[in-house]
Amino acid sequence: MTTQEAFYNYIVRLGDDSLILGQRISEWCGHGPILEEDIALTNIALDLIGQTNNLYELAVSIENKGKNIDQLAFLRLEKEYSNLLLVEQPNVDFGYTIVRQFFFDVYRKLVFESLCNSTDERLAGIAEKSLKETKYHLKHSSEWVIRLGDGTEESHRRVQEAVNTLWKFTDELFYQDEVDQNVIELGLGVDNSIFKATWNTHVEQVLTEATLTIPTNSWQHTGGRKGIHTEHFGYLLSEMQYMQRAYPNMEW
Amino acid sequence: MVTEKDIWEQLEQISDPEIPVLSIVDLGIVRTVSISDDSCIVTITPTYSGCPAMNVIQEDIIKLLSPTVNTKVEMTLSPAWTTDWMSENGRNKLREYGIAPPEHEVDKSVLFAKPTVVPCPKCKSSHTKMISQFGSTACKAHYQCLDCLEPFDYFKCLK
Repeated sequence: MTTQEAFYNYIVRLGDDSLILGQRISEWCGHGPILEEDIALTNIALDLIGQTNNLYELAVSIENKGKNIDQLAFLRLEKEYSNLLLVEQPNVDFGYTIVRQFFFDVYRKLVFESLCNSTDERLAGIAEKSLKETKYHLKHSSEWVIRLGDGTEESHRRVQEAVNTLWKFTDELFYQDEVDQNVIELGLGVDNSIFKATWNTHVEQVLTEATLTIPTNSWQHTGGRKGIHTEHFGYLLSEMQYMQRAYPNMEW
Repeated sequence: MVTEKDIWEQLEQISDPEIPVLSIVDLGIVRTVSISDDSCIVTITPTYSGCPAMNVIQEDIIKLLSPTVNTKVEMTLSPAWTTDWMSENGRNKLREYGIAPPEHEVDKSVLFAKPTVVPCPKCKSSHTKMISQFGSTACKAHYQCLDCLEPFDYFKCLK
């Protein structure tokens, strides 16, 4: 694997994470539990799609094969997407959506903080911009985890169920392979193993405040970075890709 | 021969499509204007990564300047935009329009600490509360005044 290929893959992974989570959250549009949260979730989705836009622009310029970003977003097959399994999990209810967002936000904030020092100026610029947005998302998701966990009996039960179900996708946040090794060596990307402990401490702190417990079941599910997805992913893609597939090269 | 100062002055006429009371210069999203020979490059930066107004702003700049000078618009992300770049003039215009301008500190109220006090743009009371961290556009939050009861937008502080 050349450095160029590794860097390209690395950027596409970052972009896939935000694209797929952005798509998932946007499913809430018009269905939020209250108007304010409907607006909040769609705002967060917009930030994530905007970040995807910037990351894919960088990816296609690294690859330099004249692709446009719509091809990356809408015309790849399931196995060509390398997002984390966490972000493709269904919304289920507001509690699941918030817990998924919270796990991701804590992780993503740490990633962007480190990427601000990337040896690639363009990536550092995207990280600096996205970090500001991510901090705000984290504030929102943390508050809701606490409000729901330490809320009513039912909200506590539901959000604890979400933590139990989604916990098995959290080890994958720290997955590394040759793509990571390549970009870490050159200072282009981050060594995510460095902040695993910080992620754990942060998550534990908020969950404790929310009177929630971390499951002890240690079985972990991975595969997203290699294109091996959970069953929910195909349905998401068929909806997301519909317009480009039905009307090739369409533009808004 | 058109000068950079002329271009800056002309750009004052272009408003943010989502907050028409502010020009793109007041907002601080025009970063640089550079003129060489007979062409001009205007560099702009988005307020938020997914700001849907950027394309319209780009088109507006080209439409406005093209009759005078050959114009190109470039986008930059770094350094990242902050609300500190909004001009004092811009802050006053926002307030008059009914949107509370960004306070100079980021709201650090994570986990229910004390949130930033945002005075009501209508009656100036500091007795207000946040309704939602997110508002009608990516750059705003939603507040309500507890004295005059008026709901209002707050242009969130971003640093």
